[in-house]
Amino acid sequence: MRRYLPQLGLIFGIVVAAIVTRYSDAIDPYVLDIATGAGINVILAVSLNLVNGHTGQFSLGHAGFMAVGAYVSGACSLFLGPRLLGDDPTALSQGLFFLGALTVGGLGAGLAGLLVGVPSLRLRGDYLALVTLGFGEIIRVIIQNMDVVGGALGLNGIPPYTTIFWVLGCVALTIYVVTSLVRSTYGRGFIATHDDEVAAASVGLDTTRYKIVAFVVGAFFAGIAGGLYGHFKLTVLPTGFDFTKSIEIVVMVILGGMGNTLGVVLAAILLTLLPELLRPIAEYRMVLYALLLIALMLLRPQGLLNIRVSKKRRT
Amino acid sequence: MVEFLQQVINGVSLGAIYALLALGYTMVYGVLRFINFAHCDVFMIGAFAGMYIGRHVPEETVWGGLTVLAGAMLICAVLGIVIERLAYRPLRSGPTLNVLITAIGVSLFLEYGAQDEHVFGQRPQAFPQIFPNTSFQLGDVRLSSNQLIVIVVTVILLVGLRLFVMRTRLGTAMRALSFNPKAAQLVGVNNNVVISATFGLGSALAGAGGILYAMNYPSIEPFMGVMPGLKAFVAAVLGGIGNIPGAALGGLLLGVVETFVNGSDYSTYKDAIAFAILILILLFRPAGLLGRSTVEKV
Amino acid sequence: MTTLSLRGLAVLTFVSLAFFSNARADDDTIHVGEIASLTGKEATFGHSSHEGTLLAIEEINAAGGVLGKKIELITEDNATKPGESATIAKKLISRDKVVAILGEVASSRSLEIAPIAQAYKVPMISPASTNPTVTEKGNYIFRVCFIDPFQGTVMAKFAKQTLKATRVGVLTSVSSAYSVGLSKYFKETFAKNGGTIAIEQKFSEGEKDFNAQLTAIKAADVQAIFVPTYYTEAALIAKQARDLGITVPLFGGDGWEAPELLEIGGSAIEGLYYSTHYSPQADTPEVKGFVERFRKRWNGETPDAMAALGYDSARVLADAIKRAGTTKNTKLRDAIAHTKDFPGVTGKTTIDEHRNASKAAAIVTVHNGQFKFVQTVSP
Repeated sequence: MRRYLPQLGLIFGIVVAAIVTRYSDAIDPYVLDIATGAGINVILAVSLNLVNGHTGQFSLGHAGFMAVGAYVSGACSLFLGPRLLGDDPTALSQGLFFLGALTVGGLGAGLAGLLVGVPSLRLRGDYLALVTLGFGEIIRVIIQNMDVVGGALGLNGIPPYTTIFWVLGCVALTIYVVTSLVRSTYGRGFIATHDDEVAAASVGLDTTRYKIVAFVVGAFFAGIAGGLYGHFKLTVLPTGFDFTKSIEIVVMVILGGMGNTLGVVLAAILLTLLPELLRPIAEYRMVLYALLLIALMLLRPQGLLNIRVSKKRRT
Repeated sequence: MVEFLQQVINGVSLGAIYALLALGYTMVYGVLRFINFAHCDVFMIGAFAGMYIGRHVPEETVWGGLTVLAGAMLICAVLGIVIERLAYRPLRSGPTLNVLITAIGVSLFLEYGAQDEHVFGQRPQAFPQIFPNTSFQLGDVRLSSNQLIVIVVTVILLVGLRLFVMRTRLGTAMRALSFNPKAAQLVGVNNNVVISATFGLGSALAGAGGILYAMNYPSIEPFMGVMPGLKAFVAAVLGGIGNIPGAALGGLLLGVVETFVNGSDYSTYKDAIAFAILILILLFRPAGLLGRSTVEKV
Repeated sequence: MTTLSLRGLAVLTFVSLAFFSNARADDDTIHVGEIASLTGKEATFGHSSHEGTLLAIEEINAAGGVLGKKIELITEDNATKPGESATIAKKLISRDKVVAILGEVASSRSLEIAPIAQAYKVPMISPASTNPTVTEKGNYIFRVCFIDPFQGTVMAKFAKQTLKATRVGVLTSVSSAYSVGLSKYFKETFAKNGGTIAIEQKFSEGEKDFNAQLTAIKAADVQAIFVPTYYTEAALIAKQARDLGITVPLFGGDGWEAPELLEIGGSAIEGLYYSTHYSPQADTPEVKGFVERFRKRWNGETPDAMAALGYDSARVLADAIKRAGTTKNTKLRDAIAHTKDFPGVTGKTTIDEHRNASKAAAIVTVHNGQFKFVQTVSP
């Protein structure tokens, strides 16, 4: 039973998504909005967790991959959509198209992840952090200069394809893929790389390959999240994917406990709700975030929400 | 030709500020092997401190300007030491990742704290003209007095720092610590004191950088340090992290390259160019221009 | 179980939301939403437009409100952050059940709000966004100010006729919809009227150092420099231009208008020109009365163009509600669209078939450290 937990989880997740969607018109749209936002953040956090947490590579440029996904899928919908779908698309064709657009966005982001990862991942620690930050900024600047997708003015008028079904479905998929990957023998490579890269290399593991795979998979799902985000907000601006956004995702991963999927999911949900709940004191939100980061590191670096599901782990 | 020379002057002036900031990064990295993300925010605090001090001294006088400069440097030195004591020292024995994250936290705290309406607010504020403002004409090329002051002050501080690090006991202790902290302790160096001094010194330089920057670009706001900080870090890496003359060289080069890019048709790629340089350097010559490759011991 | 058809779901959601959103307010006030940048980099704009809007609402309520009910202004701050305005718009529509949205000043943020307002069929009136694409988002999107094609034309003519410049340089920010748009229309008109754009330089948001661009412009030997940017950059550009020995005049658009321009620009800003929507020094009874009431309400502050436009946007909305006789979105939209010759403090406001207002521009200069009205330019 436990062996098939990820697969069951995936099916369960999709079922939940369908149920929620069925009754979604009875739910307050504002709540649906927040749930959608939370789902997108969960995907971002879990995908980053694969890189930062499980594989131990501190990446600070995740928002760049989200941007690639958002722009690529948004551009597909805006430019290819009318041509492929025609004037009056059926629900099925629109759904399939959206699936396609999301996937293309994810693949684009994955490609970006490969391009960024191959040169960067031979670096360690601080340097890697800075280089990934640099790449995130480079991606942003490049997008800002591409007038075909709106340049600095952003991509506007993206069709609102994102519904709670898609978000929950993608959340389930992401968690499934990441969890399965980590639990597999391949995943042992990630964990070995995280624990001690030199030791792992000395027993013959190609740590660079594991790092790159983790990076690309993480980037892929960040791209999916970006696609969902674009079709949710209907406008994407390059400045929305800057260093600050990367930091927000990093905070979720740290709060949840690097390498702990459940903790990270909870942290992502919490950190989506918090700004809405704190809207009255929205001005202090980032200050509180910052203090939270510092306090966490000083007092409880293993994360706040890392409820560990007990299982036989490395000693 | 005139345009070229003018751009060179603009670039050198900008590069001097990057050099000052880079010095702080390189010193801290050399001693502690970690990137002080909050360094650029000390830079920002220096500028704001200067603005407030500047309100109490007469504008456009030499002694007024020097007071502002010295005052800001002092405040930043203290700030740097306090940050190190409270946020970094407790984590010194742990994994470096944690300190890095804490540094990010401190940086965000300073930035968003400064943004608060009761502190500095988010609107850009005007930095006063603290030194007398004239400009000099050399042929068709113009050099404003502010630009000149930046270059002169940077050179003085650079030379002073080099002398300090090479000739004084504290400076020698810093160098010892950067080679091997444990061995330094064995020969009687008080690591805590030296580290605090390193932070203090680096932060004072950041404060000076903040004042010089604000003099030339007199619109200051809480996020003013982010980009210069990242660029200065690139400069430090370019010159060889841990290497003081390297930081100066890196800053200068970066300033000039950036200025030329800015004046060309690719000006909107300017930020990307700095990061591209970082990536190239880390890929092909990670030790930097003046640095030495070190072998990592397992 | 069957998955609801996506399209059906989307339609159902929007229809039900539209149904809910045009309901009259539950209590006996009319909810009007306002989205502004009260904090953040462009806080000056949000601050001004909010003060103007609030003053208008307060005056209207003091006179008895509209349709027998008071108007409740629900203001939300987007902190000048991209992406925030979209979320806020949704909240105002679905949670606060606003009958209309007033906002935003900046074109880029209006572009975020517009698709949402249009999708939910809630009328939106932008007080000051000048980029033409904003109202192209749909027939529920309006504005009470002129658009950049007009503003660009005004400044192009001004450059030629008043500054007597046939060779200009342009310094554009690629990071704002406003700057890009205004720059484009200026260049088109200026070239069409026989002028030469000798050089164009660009920069991105957050830039402080324009020496490189200005050096290149100086080398191109121009007679004037057009700087269609916001006040933060304009002030620095002016200073650095003067430091570099550039003596030709600089001129710009309504993004220049803020006290910070004077504070940061100092003596470098003297004698420079920009176009804007109105001047508090204009000699009409509406303006004089408005300035006086504004000063009384807001501690002696003089209302700038954003405040005046915020004021007018609220009043046009209230007037439309009165004419429609209802807050039902379809009727309200039509009433706004038929606004004709409304006596605004920024001039007579008529909404044309593109849902823009055709208004005169005011040219302002800086004289002895103060803003000074120069002339009005009518379309």
